Amino acid sequence: MKFNGKEILLEKDVILSEFLKTMGYDASVIAVEINYEIIPKAEYDKTLIHNSDTMEVVNFVGGG
Amino acid sequence: MNTDKLIIGKKEFNSRFILGSGKFSLEMTKTVIENAEIEMATLALRRANNAGSENILNYIPKGITLLPNTSGARNAQEAVRIARLAREIGCGDFVKVEVIHDSKYLLPDNYETAKATEMLAKENFIVMPYMYPDLNAARDMVNAGAAAIMPLGAPIGSNKGLLTKDFIKILIDEISLPIIVDAGIGRPSQACEAMEMGCSAVMANTAVATAKNVALMARAFKLAIEAGRSAYLAGLGRVLDYKAEASSPLTDFLQD
Repeated sequence: MKFNGKEILLEKDVILSEFLKTMGYDASVIAVEINYEIIPKAEYDKTLIHNSDTMEVVNFVGGG
Repeated sequence: MNTDKLIIGKKEFNSRFILGSGKFSLEMTKTVIENAEIEMATLALRRANNAGSENILNYIPKGITLLPNTSGARNAQEAVRIARLAREIGCGDFVKVEVIHDSKYLLPDNYETAKATEMLAKENFIVMPYMYPDLNAARDMVNAGAAAIMPLGAPIGSNKGLLTKDFIKILIDEISLPIIVDAGIGRPSQACEAMEMGCSAVMANTAVATAKNVALMARAFKLAIEAGRSAYLAGLGRVLDYKAEASSPLTDFLQD
C-alpha cells in the first residue's frame, strides 16, 4: 500500500485502528484519509485497510 | 470588565493578537503563548511520519482557539482537502485559508482563495482568508462567506512591516468584517500602527520567532496591539501642518 507517500507491504487486510496502534499513533491527534476520503474517528474500528489502498495520516505542527 | 470584544464567526475574543506557532520549539510555544496572552493560534497540517513523537497540541494551553491554516495548498481544492482533514482532528471549525503557488514571494492567489472560502463556508467552517489587500477580491471573500479578512502587510516572514498600509486602510473603511493584518509585521510599533488605523487584530509569527528573546518579544507585541487598539478607540489627535500650538499656557507676566 502507499502510506504517507511511501510504498509498504500490507500482507493481509487489517482493521484501521489496529494498524494505527501498531504504527504507534495516538488516534486523538491525527486525521486519516484513505483513497482521498477522510475516515471519521468513529469508523476506525470498522474500517478495513488493504494493500491496494493509498493512505495519509496527518497531524498538526507549528505554522503561521 | 472589558466590553471591547473581537468577534469572529460567533466567537468572542478579548485578545487581538493572533500568534503563528511556526518556528518555535514545542517548549517555547507554551512560553510564548503565555507571554503573548493570546486566545487564538495558527497551526499547520503535515504528514504524521513520526508516530509517538510529541504533539504540539500538548503544548497549547486549553481554551486557546486553534486556527489551522491550509499552507501548502496550491489551489482551492487542495485548501479544502487540508481544511477538512484539520477539522477531522477535532479542534473546531476555524480555518485560515492560504493558497500559494508562487514559491519566491509566497503571495496568495486571491481567486483560488475566494473559491476555497466559498466551498468551506458552505461546509460551516469559520473561514479567515489570507489575501493580498485588493478591495474587489475582499468583496469576493465577503460574498463567499468569510468571517474575517486577513490581508498581508508584506511578504510572509519578511518582517518588512505595513508595506500595503494604504490598501489595508481601504479594506478597513469599506469591508464590514474584521480586518486582521497577517504576514509581514516585523516590529511591535508596526502592529501598533495597524491597530491605530482600525485593524481588528494582528497576526504575527516570524517577528516573534526570530527575536533574540522570543518570550519578551511576545509580550512587546501584546502591549503594542493593546496600545494601538486603545488609541484607535480614543481617536487620534489632529495634525497641524506648518504651524504650532502651545501646550502650556504662555507665561503672560513676562510680556509686561
